[in-house]
Amino acid sequence: MIIAVASGKGGTGKTTVAAGLAISMSAERKIQFLDCDVEEPDAHLFLRPSLLEKEPVFVPEPVVDQSLCDYCGRCMEVCAYNAIAVFERNVLVFPQLCHGCGGCSYFCPCRAIAEKGRIIGVLEAGRSGNMDFVHAVLNIGEAQPVPLVKAVKKRLNPECLVIVDASPGTSCPVVEAVRGSGFCLLVTEPTPFGLHDLAMAVEMTEALKIPRGVVINRSDLKYDDIIENFCLSRGIPLLLKIPFSREVAGFYARGVNMAEGIPEWRETFRELYQKVMVFSETVARYKR
Amino acid sequence: MKQLLVISGKGGTGKTTIVGSFAVLAKKKVLADCDVDAPNLHLLLKPEVKTSGDFYGGKKALIDAEECRQCGKCIELCRFEAISGDFQVNPLLCEGCGVCFHACPYEAVSLIDDLSGNWCISETVYGPFVHARLGVAAENSGKLVAKVREKAGELAEEKGKDLIIIDGPPGIGCPVVASLSGVDLALVVTEPTVAGIHDLTRILGVADYFGVRKAVCINKYDLDQEKSKEIEGYCAENGVAVAGKIYYDPAVGKSLAAATPLINYAGNKMARQIIKLWQSVEELL
Repeated sequence: MIIAVASGKGGTGKTTVAAGLAISMSAERKIQFLDCDVEEPDAHLFLRPSLLEKEPVFVPEPVVDQSLCDYCGRCMEVCAYNAIAVFERNVLVFPQLCHGCGGCSYFCPCRAIAEKGRIIGVLEAGRSGNMDFVHAVLNIGEAQPVPLVKAVKKRLNPECLVIVDASPGTSCPVVEAVRGSGFCLLVTEPTPFGLHDLAMAVEMTEALKIPRGVVINRSDLKYDDIIENFCLSRGIPLLLKIPFSREVAGFYARGVNMAEGIPEWRETFRELYQKVMVFSETVARYKR
Repeated sequence: MKQLLVISGKGGTGKTTIVGSFAVLAKKKVLADCDVDAPNLHLLLKPEVKTSGDFYGGKKALIDAEECRQCGKCIELCRFEAISGDFQVNPLLCEGCGVCFHACPYEAVSLIDDLSGNWCISETVYGPFVHARLGVAAENSGKLVAKVREKAGELAEEKGKDLIIIDGPPGIGCPVVASLSGVDLALVVTEPTVAGIHDLTRILGVADYFGVRKAVCINKYDLDQEKSKEIEGYCAENGVAVAGKIYYDPAVGKSLAAATPLINYAGNKMARQIIKLWQSVEELL
């Protein structure tokens, strides 16, 4: 089973829920934790894994052998990203714009373009207790997170209960992180901002056809209506409320997950897992 | 004309809350929301849209089933695994590179302009405002950010404004890079938590990488005073100005619930902190 944790809005508590679920389930299930927020990976601060394995992540980058090039301009013509420019007697490559589609190299009539790997970040893997942990870190100045998310997802071990921590938003890196999951937990907060971005995240799970449920973090009885009404009107299960508490916030500030700092929460997270299983099985049965 | 960008690395540290208050305090400015992936500033500013336009981020391949002979060339060459065994293009995976289009021996593939969002120029009680929204699961957020900034620049010129205040996206990737280029100051909003500090160091690195001047605002300062001191120490060591410290206050929750700029709800103490932050930022600009 793969459970993804996403949110739309940043800072609503994705990592808190993902890490809380992982810690609480690790006593009874083999857990693999995949932190797919490669721009700002934070889960390791709470799970404190020993990251013994490090592996660079490459993207292909075209390299032009100008002794073979006849400056015909075919590469520039096929490149959809303006990542290669051909002048009368020179070819320039702009690696940050390149998506690594391989078009320039494939279509070059002179076979003048080879591809070499360019490092854009590092994947790190290790263990936290009996939990497997994988994340990746995008190098400063690099703009493309997706190849790193793919590298993390490649490590997916289907024999484990896999928990995927996504980045905020609903665009390409989030889609890459969430796709293929059996269920998506959407973490939100009871504010108009939380609601707005939750609606976008729901739209994303619908495009990906993944069953989803909502967790309200920093729940406040005065304001929860705004999320509850939305869930009700859209037929989305509201699976958990985590009340606002200075105690939880204080633990969080120091890098301690609530399931570690307040052990009573483990039972609640185990119940959350049970609910996720019930809903995903129901959806799977309905699809059949 | 000056450009101020508010960013954070980590999401949810209070970027939009701060920009909302700057919208009230700053004079002669244009506001721009460059968090095109999850835009929220419009919820505070309640814009009246004047003009809007479609945003085509790129292209998507489309296979004409009648022309296709299922030779498999496209599947073999596609690096994004976007073409299924029955020769359907998955638009969520297609990056519009066009390799299949150029390679198909039967000319069965076409490239379709992909409507992936829209942008708006609006009027608000705080002044002109440019915002946009990227479609769900869409690509090219950097290009849409560039569009918003281009429109904001034109608008500032046209209306004789001398400042653009940009609400930035979280993270350090493509939309952040597009937001950073050529701004006069990046104000990084952080919080005193281990994750906040971790992400702060990364986003300051990105600003350095692109040669952008930066300052820091510590939000929720009293959540963990020890961590706040750690941030101040880090900033002092690295020569980054701490432009402001905002303490936690229940007014934040109320202003969020009411979707109104915080400064309108803040008590004296908090209002003073926000005004002080704005004055320091103005000086740094």
